Amino acid sequence: MAVSLFYFFVYPGLLFMAVTGGLLSWYDRKITARVQFRKGPPLLQPFWDFLKLMLVKETILPRQGSRFVFLLAPVLALFGATMAGLFILLPLFNIETGFKGDIIVIFYLLTLPSFSYIIGSLASGNPIAAVGASREMKLIISYELTFLLVVAAVIMKSGQEFDLNSIIAVQQADKPFIGSISGVLLFIAGLFCIQAKLGLVPFDMSEAEAELASGIYIEYSGPPYAMIRLAKYIMLFILPAFIVALLMNGMTGGIGVLWLILKILALVLLVTLIRNTNPRLKIKQASSFFLIWMNLLVIIAIVLNAFGL
Amino acid sequence: MGRKTLIPIGPYHPLQEEPELFKLYCDGEIVTDIKWETGYNHRGIEKLSESKTYDQVFFLVERICGICSTSHPFAFANAVEEIAGVEIPDRAKYIRTVIGELERIHSHLLWVGLAGHFLGYNTVFMWAWKYREPVLDLFEMITGNRNSYAMFKVGGVRRDIENHKIPAIRKEMSVIRKKIDLLTGAVMDDPVIHARTKGVGVLTKQDIIDYAAVGPTARASGIATDIRKDDPYAAYPLVNWKVITAQEGDVFAKAEVRLLEMYESVSIIEQCIDALEKLKEGDVSLKINEIPAGIGMGRAEAPRGEVFHFVVSDGSNSPARHKIRAPSYTNIATFRKSCIGQTIADATLSLAAVDPCYCCTERMAAVYDNSTGERILNAGELIKLSLERTKEIRKSVAGHE
Repeated sequence: MAVSLFYFFVYPGLLFMAVTGGLLSWYDRKITARVQFRKGPPLLQPFWDFLKLMLVKETILPRQGSRFVFLLAPVLALFGATMAGLFILLPLFNIETGFKGDIIVIFYLLTLPSFSYIIGSLASGNPIAAVGASREMKLIISYELTFLLVVAAVIMKSGQEFDLNSIIAVQQADKPFIGSISGVLLFIAGLFCIQAKLGLVPFDMSEAEAELASGIYIEYSGPPYAMIRLAKYIMLFILPAFIVALLMNGMTGGIGVLWLILKILALVLLVTLIRNTNPRLKIKQASSFFLIWMNLLVIIAIVLNAFGL
Repeated sequence: MGRKTLIPIGPYHPLQEEPELFKLYCDGEIVTDIKWETGYNHRGIEKLSESKTYDQVFFLVERICGICSTSHPFAFANAVEEIAGVEIPDRAKYIRTVIGELERIHSHLLWVGLAGHFLGYNTVFMWAWKYREPVLDLFEMITGNRNSYAMFKVGGVRRDIENHKIPAIRKEMSVIRKKIDLLTGAVMDDPVIHARTKGVGVLTKQDIIDYAAVGPTARASGIATDIRKDDPYAAYPLVNWKVITAQEGDVFAKAEVRLLEMYESVSIIEQCIDALEKLKEGDVSLKINEIPAGIGMGRAEAPRGEVFHFVVSDGSNSPARHKIRAPSYTNIATFRKSCIGQTIADATLSLAAVDPCYCCTERMAAVYDNSTGERILNAGELIKLSLERTKEIRKSVAGHE
């Protein structure tokens, strides 16, 4: 019990993921700033942002709508992100092996933050938040199928292994899945899926600053918003980590730690560059992008995999 | 069906840099009706102008718009010089044109940046604004101010562009041309930008005529209206340039028109500074002692379209009546055509695409009886009066031609 609590709250749980995610968020902001000819924030800026929201800013509650659900949503989002991170990082860091079928649990837990944002924004009673929530719903419906297909394809590649630990083990025994054509296609589809899951441009239509003024987060302020920010930091860490575990052979001992860090930094770099070189899509365009093109890509990858490519 | 959601854009909203309220009535994501409220920015400029001398009015009208701060003095100078019946020296004409075109470049760059921001493409936002910076530096070198240049006066300009400054301007122009190349390439060839802006907020030729839209908004729909060509002033008839038009009338066409117009502006400036080098330094203004009684109309092509100033002089040292019409006044009305039926994402983009400027356009009219202090003339009567007046003016303009 004590060990589980330590896992959940300290390492590799909440504290570790929050610190790593905050640093990655700084990395993302710094790269963005350099791309845009700006100087960028200091290293600790994400943490100051979080602390300011947590300790200084007041919480303003919407007069209409359900306050309980409104306040529950950020907690749920943070919990979902942390739990998903736990199930990803425990096998990835070779701490515990996990259980058979944990990949399905991870898949569900990863959607929990998005779902809680939706119920939270709908509970606020704000029409702009409602538009944001409806966009987020459409977006989830679009990318979840692709993401599921990517996971399914990885399971096929690993020879029907349903737990993350075995998938990593299969890759380390042979070669990483990304070293084949089908693996590359899966990597591309997976990358766009995590872009959408993170709610970054071109898939940030649910918060679309210039249209909806932060959309689903519009009513959040103070500590509840700080929790949302924290959940976002964590997602920025665990989603690339998940891709590394699925396709890029996880972590080997010793020098492998350095490789893991480099792989995650490279993935976040790609995500950042995509978000800085594209305008926001419309929800319809994003839907057809995932439902038609990305699904097609994954299906091609599955067929190629059947031929051993 | 039937229940409509109201999505408010404003009074404070990241889409617009000024306070105003657009009410988008939506059915799902589709905008079914749009209403707007302006008036948050009313400053009583026209009334203020009547209490200032002609020299002071220049500083006042310069502050109508923060971005196109030379177009209003330009139009006002044209109006007052029409009353005075003077022809300003050539050197002053060229200097006025250089200032006007530099302003167009910086204003269009500003719009491109904002459009990028509205699309969620913040890299374009930052890049365009970085490229705008040297233009402002150039302004500082020429006029002493980055914005609100205070260059114009009745009969000429306040400061000369000395010939030793011209090489610096020429060098900067060649640099800016390369930067516009880069920006144009980034915008025109990006398939995602195409997907997002083509066919969005389309205004047909007929819409433009119906709403009397002006400037790049009209030119993007294939109507070659440009005061610089239609009613030439300053040095525009003396240099070679062409009016840029596009046919589609969508947001992409508006961006295209603005980007290509910057090349024309650069070319106009280059021709003007070539001409300046040949003219004698220092001969930049006439001495005008009094403005006779009469009426004058001044028009100028601001970056957003036609600016119209109507000045009535009674022979005193300040205007007896000063009427101002900014381009956004007609352009804002096109929102009914461009936004209804679009999704929210497209409608907000269409709102921004005409580059609206609300504080420039806000006017209020009230007529009081001097003896009793009662308010007389309602809106309908005022409109009737103004229509009659417009007819008279049109006749007199046609008579001139």
